[in-house]
Amino acid sequence: MAELSYREAVAYGIAQEMRRDRSLVMIGEDIAAAGGVFKTTVGLLDEFGPERVHDTPISEQAILGAAMGAAMTGVPVIAEIMFSDFFAVCWDIVANQIAKSRYMTDGQVSFPLVIRTANGGGVRFGAQHSQSVENWAMMIPGLKVVAPSTPEDVVGLLAASIRDPDPVVFFEHKALMGAKGAVPDGEIVDRLGTAKIVRAGTDVTIAALALMVPRALDAADRLERDGISAEVIDVRSLVPLDTRTLLDSVAKTGRFFTVEENPRLCGWGAELVSIVAEEAFWDLDGPSIRITTPHIPLPAAASLEDLALPSADRIHETVSKSVEPRSGA
Amino acid sequence: MRTDPRYDYNLREPRLPAPVDHSLVDAPIDIEVRLGMYQTLEELRRFGKRVHDLFLQNLVKGTTHLSLGMEAIATGFGAALRPGDYTFASYRGHAHSLARGMDPGAAMAELLGRQNGILGGKGGSMHLTDASKGMMGSYAIIGSHLCIANGAAWSAQMRGTDQVAVAFFGDGTTNIGAFHEALNMAKVWNLPTVFVCENNLYMEYTPIDVVTAVEHPAAGRAAAYGLEEILIDGNDPDAVYLAAVDALGRARSGSGPTLIEAVTYRSGGHSRADPGKYRPQAEVDAWVDRDPLPLYHARLLSLGVSEERLDAIREEVARAIDAATEFAKAGDEPGEASLLTEVYADGGSRWRN
Repeated sequence: MAELSYREAVAYGIAQEMRRDRSLVMIGEDIAAAGGVFKTTVGLLDEFGPERVHDTPISEQAILGAAMGAAMTGVPVIAEIMFSDFFAVCWDIVANQIAKSRYMTDGQVSFPLVIRTANGGGVRFGAQHSQSVENWAMMIPGLKVVAPSTPEDVVGLLAASIRDPDPVVFFEHKALMGAKGAVPDGEIVDRLGTAKIVRAGTDVTIAALALMVPRALDAADRLERDGISAEVIDVRSLVPLDTRTLLDSVAKTGRFFTVEENPRLCGWGAELVSIVAEEAFWDLDGPSIRITTPHIPLPAAASLEDLALPSADRIHETVSKSVEPRSGA
Repeated sequence: MRTDPRYDYNLREPRLPAPVDHSLVDAPIDIEVRLGMYQTLEELRRFGKRVHDLFLQNLVKGTTHLSLGMEAIATGFGAALRPGDYTFASYRGHAHSLARGMDPGAAMAELLGRQNGILGGKGGSMHLTDASKGMMGSYAIIGSHLCIANGAAWSAQMRGTDQVAVAFFGDGTTNIGAFHEALNMAKVWNLPTVFVCENNLYMEYTPIDVVTAVEHPAAGRAAAYGLEEILIDGNDPDAVYLAAVDALGRARSGSGPTLIEAVTYRSGGHSRADPGKYRPQAEVDAWVDRDPLPLYHARLLSLGVSEERLDAIREEVARAIDAATEFAKAGDEPGEASLLTEVYADGGSRWRN
């Protein structure tokens, strides 16, 4: 059992897979000699050499095109897009080429590749280096979408993503990089499409992702003190989506909340709420409520960014307000 | 009546083709290779014309982009490529697909949206792919497939094979960022990629020189990426073949990428919706005179091939295209059974449990 930071877990997970599969290679800007701007790839160049851990020019289309072309001709690739906001300059390759080509060719080609990217806010980088864009990826047929919240999940879900035959967009959260957690010894391989109940509860279900998971857990502690028992589910994988775990939880609690860092419109929680509305309506004892970043670009100032992102305070307050009238009745 | 060429491009000075290089008759190209190219030219031409006819009969729906007049480029490269090599084409990819050996019936059926199409009707005219033949796809948003071709070339380099990836694209592609990203990366990584710009003088409906900073949209950018400036006659199969052999050999021997600008001309418009009226008539006429088929016919005759042999090739091709058409027309329309398949590698489209 090792205590690793989230950023160390990234390199740890990649190394585990590169040792296992000698054909696996990795490319990105500043990932090799510099060890990545978030230091998530430290040590990989030393262990695996420049043929397998390869610095690229600042050319996101060329990076993802190379990953796609290599993957479709038998070489699995991990490609890094430094900040997830930068997907906007190479989204053609992601959304039109990688995601659609298997379907367009009726299954002639496969894309065993992982696109890792630093996602989300909380680090005062301003609007163009902070957005949570997991919902961009979620709405593209053909992609799988993963966003871990703990070091152990980073390793296990990264391994699962690398071993998956489909293209996976893997969101690493910038504000979690320093978070520490226990990582068991030996090979760790998780499963995509599995949500995790990270805190059991009976009164409300709170679904959260990445940075929002520790905040939801913090809020759940406070709710407990208020006499509200919250079940917190780390969604972990948006595609495939583990609706079973969510629906089972809602059947038990009767209340459903999402905590989303993405700006409100078309956030991933909207899909979850719609599934709950369609399939668990008769289990509900009150409205489903989405707690999200407002429909704004993220501001840079610490005070403003803190107001924008869902905080433990806001989660606590929102849940407790919406549950209180019932408990008081 | 307007007389300002800024409003009517057909009032501009015609851009005329360079004269034929008749010395190519003596090029060291095996006569069997040349006869093969003659057959390919005929096949691509007949296929393209048939697609046009089927469009007018409303059997080919949507849009389609023909290579009529431009077949010498796919032909020359088709003859020079080896079975393991990779081709990446743009939406104007029928010729490149056939030149790599795609079955013309399966290609035609795909254009008709039939179940027996090469992609089961899911891809259509702009996405012809036959990975089993090294035809790795036709990509309909220009630029990206140059980057993807690099990936296939990089993969070959890592796997230690001597495969080459060739990306075909139009002159319009030279003004999109991915073109420049791809060339830079190919050079920096010394990739076995051959970039082939089919400069047909019009990006779509706009003359390429009106929107491009340099006279030669591809060759004029080569120096910026440490590449040789290569400009060839894209309407002469022998010129294309020689350039292809040279570039592919360079790539196979580890000498890195090549950028070729092959100057050519579309006989028709950009797509089926476009009659191509923005081009000066004198220009269209001059390029019709430089059509690769009569040129190559005459060259083979001058090399001593008999008219009868060429007739036999043409008749064989005609029969094959007729058969392909019948095969396509006989295909069923795809139904629900395939609608939700092959989004993911498990064969389905399931995104939840």
